[in-house]
Amino acid sequence: MSSSSTSIMDNLFQRSLEDLIKGFRLQLLGESNFISRALEEIRREIKVTDLSTKSTALHKLSYLAALHGVDMSWAAFHAVEVVSSPRFQHKRIGYEAITQSFHEQTSVLLLITNQVRKDLNSANEYEVSLALECLSRIGTHDLARDLTPEVFTLLGSSKAFVKKKAIGVVLRVFEKYPDAVKVCFKRLVENLESSDPQILSAVVGVFCELATRDPGSCLPLAPELYKVLVDSRNNWVLIKVLKIFAKLASVEPRLGKKVAEPICEHMRRTVAKSLVFECVRTVVSSLSDHEAAVKLAVAKIREFLVEDDPNLKYLGLNALSIVAPKHLWAVLENKEAVVKALSDEDPNVKLEALHLLMSMVNEDNVSEISRILMNYALKSDPFFCNEIIFSVLSACSRNAYEIIVDFDWYVSLLGEMARIPHCQRGEEIEHQLIDIGMRVRDARPQLVRVSWALLIDPALLGNLFLHPILSAAAWISGEYVEFCKNPYETVEVLLQPRTGLLPPSIRAVYIHSAFKVLIFCLRSYFSAEESTLSFSAQEFSSASSSMNAFTYESILNLVNVIELGLVPLSGTHDVEVQERTKNVLGFIGMIKQDLAEKLNLQDSETEVFRVTAFMEDVFSEELGPVSATAQDKVCVPGGLELKENLGDLEEICGEFLKPVDSVSYTDKISFSVSKLRIRDQQEASSSSSPPHEASSLLAEHRKRHGMYYLPSQKDDPDSNGTPNDYPLANELANEISPDPFNPKKKPNQSKQRPVVVKLEEGDESRNPPQAKSNIETVNDDESLSRAIQSALLVKNKGKEKDKSETNPNSGQQEKEESSRIEDHQNSEKKKKKKKKKNGERSSKHKSRGRNEVASASEQVIIPDYLL
Amino acid sequence: MIKAVMMMNTQGKPRLAKFYDYMPVEKQQELIRGVFSVLCSRPENVSNFLEIDSLFGPDSRLVYKHYATLYFVLVFDGSENELAMLDLIQVLVETLDKCFSNVCELDIVFNYSKMHAVLDEIVFGGQVLETSSAEVMKAVKEISKLEAASNSISLVPKSVSGWRGR
Repeated sequence: MSSSSTSIMDNLFQRSLEDLIKGFRLQLLGESNFISRALEEIRREIKVTDLSTKSTALHKLSYLAALHGVDMSWAAFHAVEVVSSPRFQHKRIGYEAITQSFHEQTSVLLLITNQVRKDLNSANEYEVSLALECLSRIGTHDLARDLTPEVFTLLGSSKAFVKKKAIGVVLRVFEKYPDAVKVCFKRLVENLESSDPQILSAVVGVFCELATRDPGSCLPLAPELYKVLVDSRNNWVLIKVLKIFAKLASVEPRLGKKVAEPICEHMRRTVAKSLVFECVRTVVSSLSDHEAAVKLAVAKIREFLVEDDPNLKYLGLNALSIVAPKHLWAVLENKEAVVKALSDEDPNVKLEALHLLMSMVNEDNVSEISRILMNYALKSDPFFCNEIIFSVLSACSRNAYEIIVDFDWYVSLLGEMARIPHCQRGEEIEHQLIDIGMRVRDARPQLVRVSWALLIDPALLGNLFLHPILSAAAWISGEYVEFCKNPYETVEVLLQPRTGLLPPSIRAVYIHSAFKVLIFCLRSYFSAEESTLSFSAQEFSSASSSMNAFTYESILNLVNVIELGLVPLSGTHDVEVQERTKNVLGFIGMIKQDLAEKLNLQDSETEVFRVTAFMEDVFSEELGPVSATAQDKVCVPGGLELKENLGDLEEICGEFLKPVDSVSYTDKISFSVSKLRIRDQQEASSSSSPPHEASSLLAEHRKRHGMYYLPSQKDDPDSNGTPNDYPLANELANEISPDPFNPKKKPNQSKQRPVVVKLEEGDESRNPPQAKSNIETVNDDESLSRAIQSALLVKNKGKEKDKSETNPNSGQQEKEESSRIEDHQNSEKKKKKKKKKNGERSSKHKSRGRNEVASASEQVIIPDYLL
Repeated sequence: MIKAVMMMNTQGKPRLAKFYDYMPVEKQQELIRGVFSVLCSRPENVSNFLEIDSLFGPDSRLVYKHYATLYFVLVFDGSENELAMLDLIQVLVETLDKCFSNVCELDIVFNYSKMHAVLDEIVFGGQVLETSSAEVMKAVKEISKLEAASNSISLVPKSVSGWRGR
């Protein structure tokens, strides 16, 4: 069979796209089998020279790619072949395949330039339309550059059908090839005065995109756009114009005054909700200084909020949250509606309402709002419940618990959160419990009470998400055991058999806390003994000691309980648990004999007394919050070589440290060594060295390196002999970080806010710096905006001549004229600034040279504007 | 700008998908699946907006409408108005209704090419260029006519006529 007859057979028996779709619905092979067989067929058919067969195959392939995720990049060349067919149907299939699958890196892209040019020049407007669509989707720099003349011609087309698409394509052309602005801009701007709504809509759409990319460059067009804003009654056009003005007003605040009135007029007049909403959004986001406009906008928002339509309700809440930062009264006025929206069936509405509620939280209403929210959290589905919990947690902890006055209340709230059935925010709650413990001294008694309640709750142990909270509770009851009502029971709870449900790492915390409690009990027992024996008049000042009157029996009992609880654990497989257990058991082993013999316990020479005293010293060093940037503030001591090549280390531990890649080898080792060293230091300061020495070392260190580590307050700084020459943490924090967000703190609150240790930095290290990305985007669009500006200058110059011929005498025009002057002067300033910025680089580009000439002539023209 | 237009049925089968920025097909499929998984979990009579920053990046919005067995989905950025986009879906559906007189899912399944013709008249390179369904209908009719004309020539290909003449 000859090749031509194969093609005939293929053509005759080829399955069309419709056949393929029908086959798909009837197939019994399974989807992927069917697709791979169809693909086989397509691969065969697409190679045939006959363009009908080829285009049908390509069409089928496009279909499979769009709806079934089949790769079609391999057929790129065939798409180019099909597009060159003289038949409209083939052309359409070809262009569709190209727009769908081509991108900047497609190599055959170069081959379509001539075809697209030919089609742009076609007499058939539908062929032109296909080519324009293609250019608007896949236009590259080269395509845009080569086809700019054609696009320019089409911008002047007499057919609206072609003209609107030519306007649409300009956006892509400008973006890819900014020099096209010089050619096309004037024709584009002329269309702003078009009477055809389709054309006007298209051109306003283009300017909306340009203004989004660089508002400054569109500023000189404000008079034309203003005219559209006042005159147009087409909602699509008005929405886009409003969007443009929202952008422009952000760079030119004076524009707000001009447009506020017409916007309000539209708001009062129109029945179209989309337009009303766009007006509202423009006012609240960009004109928030114009009181009358904001009032009207908020009134409209209220109408939205009471509507039954969930879309309007959602958008109303959305607008409220935009207005909230500047006009909180607007939210407060609508508080009822917002709270009601919390129980809406629509998750979007609920979330938006939640965000709004959180935006109005302050220190006066935080407890009320939290109470409302906790009630909703109990009733809500798991997702929303956790959103609520998260919002409350982040709002309350903002800026070192800025809005919390009553920490006892807040700590209890944290405890309540743990009991909400769907709660999954254990880690955040854990973090805050410990953080408050370290920062807020006065909250510790309540913390211990709440922790106790959490620890004895058997239900919590079974919930995986709450384990972190229990870990925090255990740590708190160990660390702040002096506030504990009944240490004996605490130990029992910490060592209850059900703690087996906890992961080992948390279990280790439990055991260590039990150890701390034991030390505390022993110590208070001894000191009580001491004072009674010596008949000293001095009262043991700790409030808890009177409550915890330990007897010999109770101590013995305690030791027995601990031993009983821990012995089974000494053989566990987890090293952490095992080590902690062994530590405690070892300690008990040391003291047990002395205790059992009940000999001379008051004598400071006994083993048990000495060990207890020693351990107490270890635990008594108070932990404070550490700034995230603390490490940076420690300057490297003179003799320490951090960048030294640790070649010697390789000899010693070369066989352990097999490098993964040789480049980062030294980095890795030096890192781990420095980590080791830090740990050494920590251990040295916290455990092995005698505490007095440690604290004096710490003081010494502070003298040399300043405050990098702040305990909340020293227990009693004078008694341990260190000079109290560094400011207390809170004073320091107040000095260094005067709170800029809350300048007028109420001087006399009914309840004094306890001291909260605040670090000068590193507390709020979560906000990523945004400035940088902004700069980058500006750079991206710089060439485009520069091009637009220079085009505008040329245009204005042209207009100047027109102006001198025509005679502006209507009142309306005068008004515009004044606004034009105002805008113009501003843009003038802007241009000068821009020019200066670009001045150094201007020699590189010819176009920029032109720009300068233009703006120089512009300066001469200024007086003419004041006609 | 409009970023994507999708139509899918209530089982999650895509019936039309158009992304206005280039995206590899795998990514497209992933996004279609992602959108559907959120859509199908939403009850009736709730708002038509979705927060989809996780799928399409920041400042992207989505509106959808549910007609019979089909979801119509539009994804767009901050330079479009949400309610206007809902209207646009309405325009699209009205136009399809005129096109197929009482449009149903099967019409959309079998008229892949015509669907694109309609959509391309309304949304051009991500911009809304036409909102009047009468204008769209006019253009779509012209395009069909042109296609038919070019097809009628091809009904009897040169090579085939020789073969028939035997």
